[in-house]
Amino acid sequence: MEYVIELKDLTKRFGNITAVDKLSIKVPSGKIFALLGPNGSGKSTTIRMICGIIKPTSGHGTVLGFDIVKESEKIKKSIGYMSQKFSLYEDLTVKENMDFYSSIYGLDKKEKVKREKIIIDMMELHNRENQIVGTLSGGWKQRLALGCALLHNPKFIILDEPTSGVDPVSRRLFWNTIKKLTSEGLSVLVTTHYMEEAQESDFVAFMFNGHLLTFGTPSEIIRENNSNNLEDVFIKYVNEHGGMDKL
Amino acid sequence: MSISRLFAIIKKEFIQIKRDKPSLVISIVMPLAMLFLFGYAVSTEVDHIPMAVFDQSKTQESRDFINAYRNSLYFNPDYYVDNIDELNNLIDTGKVKAGLIIPPDFSQYKNKMTNVLLKIDGSDPTTARTALSSGIMVAQYFSNKNTEKELAKKGMHIPNIGIDLSTKVEYNPDLNTLTFTIPGLLGLVMQNITIILTAFALVREKEKGTMEQLIVTPIKSVELMIGKLIPYILIGYTDFLMVLALSIYWFRVPVNGSISLLLLLGFDFIICALAIGMLISTAAKTQTQAMQGAFMVLLPTIILSGFIFPREQMPSVIRAISDVIPLTYFLDILRGIIIKGISANILLNQIIIMTSMGFALLLIAVLRFRKRLD
Ligand SMILES: Nc1ncnc2c1ncn2[C@@H]1O[C@H](COP(=O)(O)OP(=O)(O)O)[C@@H](O)[C@H]1O
Ligand SMILES: [Mg+2]
Repeated sequence: MEYVIELKDLTKRFGNITAVDKLSIKVPSGKIFALLGPNGSGKSTTIRMICGIIKPTSGHGTVLGFDIVKESEKIKKSIGYMSQKFSLYEDLTVKENMDFYSSIYGLDKKEKVKREKIIIDMMELHNRENQIVGTLSGGWKQRLALGCALLHNPKFIILDEPTSGVDPVSRRLFWNTIKKLTSEGLSVLVTTHYMEEAQESDFVAFMFNGHLLTFGTPSEIIRENNSNNLEDVFIKYVNEHGGMDKL
Repeated sequence: MSISRLFAIIKKEFIQIKRDKPSLVISIVMPLAMLFLFGYAVSTEVDHIPMAVFDQSKTQESRDFINAYRNSLYFNPDYYVDNIDELNNLIDTGKVKAGLIIPPDFSQYKNKMTNVLLKIDGSDPTTARTALSSGIMVAQYFSNKNTEKELAKKGMHIPNIGIDLSTKVEYNPDLNTLTFTIPGLLGLVMQNITIILTAFALVREKEKGTMEQLIVTPIKSVELMIGKLIPYILIGYTDFLMVLALSIYWFRVPVNGSISLLLLLGFDFIICALAIGMLISTAAKTQTQAMQGAFMVLLPTIILSGFIFPREQMPSVIRAISDVIPLTYFLDILRGIIIKGISANILLNQIIIMTSMGFALLLIAVLRFRKRLD
C-alpha cells in the first residue's frame, strides 16, 4: 500500500512542554484522514511539522515519500494547507488573493485562468471575486482558504480545523468537495471537533497530550471500544486519560 | 529565483500599500510635510527685528539715526514710546525684541561722546545675537560716517592706514539657512520613510499570520525578501526625487555638483535605511512595536547626525555615537555635492564608510531575517 504520511517517533518540544510525543503513524494515500483530540493535544503541532513550518525535535517522517526535514521544499510543491487561523490577506480581494497564490505556485497564465475558474465554481465564490476578504464572514473566508489551498492542484491537502465557526451550508459544501476530490485521488488530512465529520472520514486517529491513542477506520474504532458512535469513544478516551477538566 | 513570483509579491505589496492609510500617509504626506515644515519654520535668518524707540531728542539727527537702523533691514523701529516703562513693557510682552533709547542731547554727538542704549531681549539667543552684532554695526557705521564728515569740514582726512578686512564667503555666499537645511532634509526624509515602511511591511505578515501560509508554499526566502523590499526601495527613492525636485524648483536650492553622483549615492544610502528597517522588523512582533523601534532609531539620528546641530561642537562621546550613524555620512555627501559642488574623490571617505555600513547592516539583516523564517 502507498502511504501519504509515514511518521516514526515524531516529537516536538517547546521548552519543557512536549507538544507531540513519539508519534508513529502510517496513513494510506487517497483517503480522508481525520485527526481528533481536545484542544492542546498536539494536532496543529503535528500538522506544522508535516508541512515543514517547524522542525521536529526528534524522530522522522515522510510526506508523499519525501523527508519532512530534508525535502520539505519538494513537499511544499505538492501540498495545500489551511491553517487553523485564517492566514490569507484580509486587505486584498478574493481574486487578488487567488492571483497571488497562483503566481506563487508558479501557474502560468492559461493554467491560472483555468484553475481560478474551477475553484470559484467549486467553492461557489461567484459575485464575491472583487470583495475585500476582510469583509467576508467566517464561512466565506474558509471557502476561499480551501480554494487557495487547492489552486495548484495538490496531491495532498492538510486542513487544520477548517469548519470551526463555519455555517452549515459552507460545511456541507466543504465535505462534499473533499469527498469528491478524494474519489479523484486526493489525500486529505483534516482536524475537527465535529464527530459527524469524523464519521465521514476513511481513517480516524485520536491524539491526547501529544500521544497517539488510536488509529483506524471509524467502524473499527467503534467496534473495538464497544461503543455506538465516535463521540462516546472520544469522551471515554478523554476520561480515561485525564478527565474532562483537560478538555 | 522566479521572476513571476517576485512580481506577484511586488504587486501584492503595492496593493496593500494603496489600501493602507498609514503607509500612504508615510510615503506621500510625510516627505512633503517634513520638507515644508523644515523649509519654512526652521529658517534661522533673523531680520526685521521689531524695535521700540524712546527718542528723547526728537531732532533731525535722532531721526537720521533711527533711519539708519531701519535701512539696515535688520530692525523695524515701529514702536515709538514716551517713557522707559512703556519700552520695558513692550520687551516684556514680546512685542519688540529690542529697544533703542536716545538721550535728550543726542544732536550733540557731533561735538562730544554721546551715549545711546540698545536694550535687547536675550531670551531667544539667535535673534539676540543678530540684534547685538547688527545693532553695534549700524551705530558704528553711522558714527564713522559722521567723524569722516566732521574731519572733512576741517580739511582733514582719516589717514589711509590700518587693516581693511575683506571677506569672501564660499559656497553659500548669502548665508541662506535653507541652502544648508534642505540638502540635509533630503537624506532625513529618505531615511525615515524607508526605515518606517520597511519595518512595517516585514512585520505585517508576521502579525497578521499570513506568513504561516507563505511558508507552506514553494516560495524562497530570498524571493520573499527581495519582493517585499523592492516596493520600499522604489517609494523611498521616489520620495528622494520628489524632495530633490521641490528643493531645486520650489526652494531654489541649486545642485552645484553632479546630479548623477547624487542619484547614485542616494541609492547607496537607501540600502542602509532598508537594512535598518529590516533589523527593526526582526526584533518586533507587531506593527506598533515596529513603529516604536523605528522612532527609537530615528530620533537620535535626527539629533546626532549633524542635521540640526553641528557635529564639531559635540562632546567626544556623543560624537563617537554620531560616527556610527549612516545618515551622518550621507549628510556630508549631500551637502558636499549640493552646496559645495565637490566631486566623489573629495567625499571618498564618507562614501566608503557609508557603503561599508550599508553592506554590513544588510548582511546582518538578511541573516537575521532568514533565521526568523526557518
Ligand atoms: N509555538 C509554540 N510555543 C510554545 N508552545 C506551543 C507552541 N505551539 C503549540 N504549543 C503548545 O503545544 C501544545 C499543543 O498545541 P497544539 O498543537 O496547538 O494543539 P491542538 O492543535 O491539538 O489544539 C499546547 O500545549 C500548546 O500550548
Ligand atoms: Mg490546533
